[in-house]
Amino acid sequence: MAKRIDVKDLDIYYGSFRAVRSVSMTIQPRAVTALIGPSGCGKSTYLRALNRMHELIPSARVEGKVVMDDQDLYAPGMDPVDVRKHVGMVFQRPNPFPTMSIYDNVAAGLRLNNKRLRKSETDEVVEESLRGANLWEEVKDRLRKPGSGLSGGQQQRLCIARAIAVRPDVLLMDEPCSALDPISTHAVEDLMAQLKENYTIVIVTHNMQQAARVSNYTGFFNIAGTGQPGELVEIDETPTIFSTPTHTATEEYISGRFG
Amino acid sequence: MSTTTSPPTPTESVEPPNGTKSLVRGTLPRWASWGALGAAAVLAGLIVRLLGFGVTPFVLSTAVLYAIGISGWSRWVEGGRKATDRAFTALVASAFLLALTPLVSVVVTVISRGLDRFDGQFFTYSMRGVVGDGGGAYHAIMGTLITSGLATLMSVPIGLATAIYLVEYGHGRLSRAITFFVDVMTGIPSIVAGLFAYALFALVFGPGTVNGFAGAVALSVLMIPIVVRSSEEMLKIVPDDLREAAFALGTPKWKVIVRVVLPTAVAGISTGVTLAIARVVGETAPLLIATGATGSTNFNPFSGQMATLSVFSYYEYASPGVPVDPSLDRAWTAALTLMLIVMVLNLVARSISLLFAPKAGR
Amino acid sequence: MSNTGQGAATARRVRKRPADQAFRGITTGAGVLILVVLAGVAAFLLIEAWPSFVAPAEEIPGEGGLVLYIWPLVFGTLLASVLALVIAAPLAVLIALFITHYAPRKLAQFLGYVVDLLAAVPSIIYGLWGFTVLAPATRGPAEWLHEYLGFVPLFAGPPSTTGRTMFTTALVLAVMILPIVTAVIREAFLQTPKLHEEASLALGATRLEMIRMAVLPFGSSSIISGSMLGLGRALGETMAVAIVLSASGGVTFNLISSGNPATIAANIALEFPESSGVAIDTLIASGLVLFAITLVVNMIARAVINRRTDFSGAS
Repeated sequence: MAKRIDVKDLDIYYGSFRAVRSVSMTIQPRAVTALIGPSGCGKSTYLRALNRMHELIPSARVEGKVVMDDQDLYAPGMDPVDVRKHVGMVFQRPNPFPTMSIYDNVAAGLRLNNKRLRKSETDEVVEESLRGANLWEEVKDRLRKPGSGLSGGQQQRLCIARAIAVRPDVLLMDEPCSALDPISTHAVEDLMAQLKENYTIVIVTHNMQQAARVSNYTGFFNIAGTGQPGELVEIDETPTIFSTPTHTATEEYISGRFG
Repeated sequence: MSTTTSPPTPTESVEPPNGTKSLVRGTLPRWASWGALGAAAVLAGLIVRLLGFGVTPFVLSTAVLYAIGISGWSRWVEGGRKATDRAFTALVASAFLLALTPLVSVVVTVISRGLDRFDGQFFTYSMRGVVGDGGGAYHAIMGTLITSGLATLMSVPIGLATAIYLVEYGHGRLSRAITFFVDVMTGIPSIVAGLFAYALFALVFGPGTVNGFAGAVALSVLMIPIVVRSSEEMLKIVPDDLREAAFALGTPKWKVIVRVVLPTAVAGISTGVTLAIARVVGETAPLLIATGATGSTNFNPFSGQMATLSVFSYYEYASPGVPVDPSLDRAWTAALTLMLIVMVLNLVARSISLLFAPKAGR
Repeated sequence: MSNTGQGAATARRVRKRPADQAFRGITTGAGVLILVVLAGVAAFLLIEAWPSFVAPAEEIPGEGGLVLYIWPLVFGTLLASVLALVIAAPLAVLIALFITHYAPRKLAQFLGYVVDLLAAVPSIIYGLWGFTVLAPATRGPAEWLHEYLGFVPLFAGPPSTTGRTMFTTALVLAVMILPIVTAVIREAFLQTPKLHEEASLALGATRLEMIRMAVLPFGSSSIISGSMLGLGRALGETMAVAIVLSASGGVTFNLISSGNPATIAANIALEFPESSGVAIDTLIASGLVLFAITLVVNMIARAVINRRTDFSGAS
């Protein structure tokens, strides 16, 4: 399942404003890649460009290539809706659909994608996804209750279960723990460690300890000043970045001297 | 009544240390408001007694005397600022009571006058061949249901689709134009909507074409902007999180809207639609012009004039039979029925929004 | 997604989905339809009113020409509505204050609901009430006004014996628009930032001073827009005026006599069912004028509201 993504010279624009400049990186399969950097450096924008979610903002556009499996996600004729089926996303704030039960939330992706599934099949996928998200034991007795009744951490894991139920190749996580308490954060981090066996995971985080704990690779984004585009300073294996980074800016950021 | 004296003011520590003096200043006792009100009432009673007026002057002079009394007393004990505050409180409370009086009077009058003929016959008989006593508004009730129903059938799809366009698709000049003209439409006087329907049907089907459908068209003109406005509000408050969550699952936009956004907003939208129905169900003027009136039951909205409750009520009042009283009774009962329908619709709308309100808040 | 394995990103080579296109088309079409309907309202009214523009003066009812026919109606409409607003607007502000800042919370919620409900009461009911209850009740006060304030042209009299006067009509209209104006102002007052209120209270303000410092400045544009909305309602109000006002035509500021100018809307309702030919065209022309007046009033209200959203940054 897990896929490698090659990003080449990616520029992201909002109207005439260039938000991210010339990013090139290779995202390894079956690994967690963390993106860190100060606020406003474009790392979330970059993340959203990986499954074309940023296109929901009307003036946004992209130059460059994002190649997954020999296919450029931005090739003409490529359907963003299909892209998103293969590159799933988990958001900063848990966002289960309030009108749906826990079960329906997990099945939502399947149903929305027009699968005429038999009940037994759906049951199977739901259980598998909830187990995959380490949530099954906690919710198996109340699958028909609304998802909004769960705790924040449970809701976030429910959203992860919903994302993996459509069997994506890549999972993008935009600060998935920033709205959670430490215990829930721990649960989600554990889950990431398991998920990377099967998925390519890219996570944006403000929390450097978290990046150090969960990721195999870390990329540092920076911004030269307000009004300037954000850019990727360097990306390497996580221990390398945290011990002997190439650039001084990275070192300063990690040691807390700015940002 | 108790509202007149609503401020049980904890008058302790709000005053600033005015220069030199101590923080403790004079305050009126807790019973001051009630006491002053009682004194004002007694005094007003005496004055009104002497001059021989009715209830209204009594209430008015009580209010005035109370305001003067309490603020004077307060000025003496508590100082000018407190006194002004107390006087204003009295003013606000009396304004509220003053406004409540006619509104209560309306409700009481409609109920007491309307109950005379609020019987089985009223709801099962039409006015066909009725002279003087008896008869009913069955035909008019049916007409109201038919015209309002048709108007709803036309307005809800158009209004909802427009709201979806405005919230989910519209960005450019077209959406600004639509927003602006929906606002303009909200202000169309109902009689003008009636004239429009009349003019439209006169041009298309020949002069003098007056039927239930024309009335429904007129009502739609009034109803569509209300539906657009309320649905738009409801769609806007669906959090973007949810749209993003659905998009991230690889869902086409129209399905995101139909399967995620609309279900989330459905309670609010139904509340809005119900209130919109309540607004048009009592309309008289457009139906008077576009739908006309008749004494017989007419189930066909596409041919012939059709009675409706509001127009029925109006004509029973405006051109009563001989003797007059049975007609006026019917007019009031029709008005009462109409008011009950409106109230029930409002209650339904309110229960929808209460029942389906998003359960656990965020 | 059952084809989870290889060739995962085999995106279909379609740029747009037909269903998406169709859905977008339908919703856009509905929006355009509204524009068409509104253009239709103006166009059809113009077409139907046209004969009255070109008809010789003698054929217009009253035989004085179109302008002479419509002008007193415009006068009556404005007089009744403006009077109603003058009565209702200050009351609405006070009631909104009472509901938001004086009444206990539970009671306030209930009162808010009652106000909304009263805004929905059909106008025919206000009409019947005005005719039956209010008109007779105004006779006493009207005589009093005439006796003591007769030197003011408004109360020149002689007082009408039925009470179906411009004075009564304005009162009924005021009662009718009170709920809607109150509702708009109440909403704005409710949104007064708690921070501002507490800031002024912390300075040692009394409740009235807090209201003057925090609530009124914040809600001032809503008072204007609410009033305009109410004025729009009053201008277009038909049945209540048709029932209450005993109109005889003419232009007069005398509020309490039995000679009263009619209003456009009520005149249409009263005359339309009995009219034919050029008379109908004339009535439609007067409807157009009413449409134009309400349009202007509503646009002013809208402009005020929009300016406010510009200022506060939120809706």
